[in-house]
Amino acid sequence: MSSESSANSHHIDVKEFHPRAQAAIADPKLRQNFRRAMDGLISKRKDAFEGMDLEALRELGANIRLRALANLPDLLEQLEAKLTANGIKVHWAIDGDEACRIVRNICVARNAKTVIKGKSMVSEEMELNHYLEEHGIEALESDLGEYIVQLAGETPSHIIMPAIHKNTGEISELMHEKTGTDLSSDVEYLTASARQQLRERFMNADVGVTGVNFAVAETGTLCLVENEGNGRMTTTVPPCHIAVTGIEKVVGNLEDVVPLLALLTRSATGQHITTYFNMISGPRKPEELDGPEEVHLVLVDNGRSSIYQDDELLDTLRCIRCGACMNHCPVYTRVGGHTYGTTYPGPIGKILMPHLIGLDEGRHLPTASSLCGACGEVCPVKIPIPDLLVRLRQESVDGDKLNPAKVRGHGAKRGTLEALIWKGWSWMHARPGIYRFGTAMAARLRKLQPGQLGGWTNYRTAPKLANKTLHQKMKERDQ
Amino acid sequence: MADPIKIYPPKPSHVYFYATCLIDMFYPDAGMAGIQLLEREGIKVCFPEDQTCCGQPAYTSGYHDEARAVAKAQLDLFPEDWPIVVPSGSCGGMMRKHYPSLFKHTRQEAKAIDIAARTWELTDFLLNVCHIKLEDVGEPTTVAMHTSCSARREMGVAEVGPRLIGQLNNVSLVEQTRAEECCGFGGTFAVRHPEISGAMVSEKVDTLTDTGAGEFVTTDCGCLMNIAGYAEKNRKPLAGQHILSFLWDRTNPGKGGES
Repeated sequence: MSSESSANSHHIDVKEFHPRAQAAIADPKLRQNFRRAMDGLISKRKDAFEGMDLEALRELGANIRLRALANLPDLLEQLEAKLTANGIKVHWAIDGDEACRIVRNICVARNAKTVIKGKSMVSEEMELNHYLEEHGIEALESDLGEYIVQLAGETPSHIIMPAIHKNTGEISELMHEKTGTDLSSDVEYLTASARQQLRERFMNADVGVTGVNFAVAETGTLCLVENEGNGRMTTTVPPCHIAVTGIEKVVGNLEDVVPLLALLTRSATGQHITTYFNMISGPRKPEELDGPEEVHLVLVDNGRSSIYQDDELLDTLRCIRCGACMNHCPVYTRVGGHTYGTTYPGPIGKILMPHLIGLDEGRHLPTASSLCGACGEVCPVKIPIPDLLVRLRQESVDGDKLNPAKVRGHGAKRGTLEALIWKGWSWMHARPGIYRFGTAMAARLRKLQPGQLGGWTNYRTAPKLANKTLHQKMKERDQ
Repeated sequence: MADPIKIYPPKPSHVYFYATCLIDMFYPDAGMAGIQLLEREGIKVCFPEDQTCCGQPAYTSGYHDEARAVAKAQLDLFPEDWPIVVPSGSCGGMMRKHYPSLFKHTRQEAKAIDIAARTWELTDFLLNVCHIKLEDVGEPTTVAMHTSCSARREMGVAEVGPRLIGQLNNVSLVEQTRAEECCGFGGTFAVRHPEISGAMVSEKVDTLTDTGAGEFVTTDCGCLMNIAGYAEKNRKPLAGQHILSFLWDRTNPGKGGES
């Protein structure tokens, strides 16, 4: 199962977006699974913010994140100092590979063979499970959705609900096949079965690995938001806890967490608060009865500091990973998370992944959007996602001499023919006389207009040129 | 970083009419309807002859040099201090929201900012600047409305169309499921990702058809050619028109006017 999983996550060609999108669109079950789930999440979010001044809260959330990012280097140093004083060991990783090595070294030093994991998208980014498996360390996902995805040998299709692409029937069949659970449509029963299997593993695990939602610099506190209690178990039962997170997750103080948490849970699942909110401030103290002997934090860069260098792209790092952008995305809803072929799917994936994998590899990601703006409208920290998509489109075709492209792999999508077409288009539309002549000719010759216009007419009739342009009509009227 | 607050100007004596290239070539009657509605409100409409396109297709495709060259050719069309009205949320959004950033740190920046501040989506202008009062002379009918994403989110006019239609005594407005969802047009998106766009428009046509209205109106010609084009190709009982054509036809006893 695990080797399948690694194969899946390892060899996806992000560039093959189109064939995957076509296959997803042609899969009615997948379409229905996503549509239903996203409709539900949209309506839950709406209800959760009912009666609140959402715009004021978003504004506050955005400003908290902006302030944290403005002070990022200082906050990270403060965080390290405070965590160290609290007895948490801090590690820095430049990329996913280094982060994996750090985790493995901690495991090796403890002679650890089994790792239990809470949900962590950064660990997905690192492909940690695959790496540990290769080095003889078993990693088991304990979040129910992640557990299902791992059983299936897949990757998460959503950052909050990893198995959202599967319905109950599919999950039942999977669990039956992999773990011998009876086939059932009873969600309670299936959950209880998974819980039973996981409970034992918690007791025997040598190391617990989790992500972090907010790392508080002033107090040296790692905050972890979850619903299943698996995060609480992962951070308290095994003798060693390793938290992994991106360097952007730091905030100044505990007061900053309050509005961000209010935004996060409502935006993500429509909950006013999650069942569990863990605040981890150090290993077990001598007088305490439980908790891990060792706590580590691995701070992962993996392309983030290059995003940090650009004032506009910086906004990408505000993200608190609620997933509301994908829940509201009409493209994500149609194609599902796996189509993107990236760790983070949907709108946030489209603006974040090009920095992680390069814009050459991720060249189709920024184009897979109608720029409808639903993502930016719901983003709890007001990331201008559509503007960033346009910026990345510009970067991917080296389209702006005044603002030269700088993202790794920029210019990979620039094609000679397309560039020539836009040049011709620009030439004509910057010359009003030629434009008027051209459009008037087109109106006159409209009978010769082609009936087939590529992908457009596969689904629609061709737009019909009018017999006279508005320019002509206005001219006639004025005479 | 908050979105700038819209401050409506007093009703002016003159406006500039920026038609957009889609209206110019494909839907000139919708443009003419918009002009006639403005004129009926006692406003003199200036149609700058040298207007072409706002530059948006190249802009959203990433070709910003090409977009800037086209946009630059529009900047000199509005010398008087009159409002610029645009019968499209999308092109209006390009001018109001994106011109300032497109011309940032160029010699045209101040002009772009000035034009952005003067740009209004036409239905918004009719309702909130002209305070138009519509008298319905048409037969009873039912319509649905699709507000374009840019009209809704960039120009903030989602409430305007329904309020205008609400003034028409013989028209009942029905709302489709997921009214705020994109129709799948997205300019070059529809060509670059035809399957995804096709899936989106097919669902939009279904929800519109399910209202039983048989007819929809929209603020933008991009959405119109997408939704109506899909309905036509797939023989769905759904006809569409620009909201300006609809409003003019409903309130003009001579129906159709010069168009």
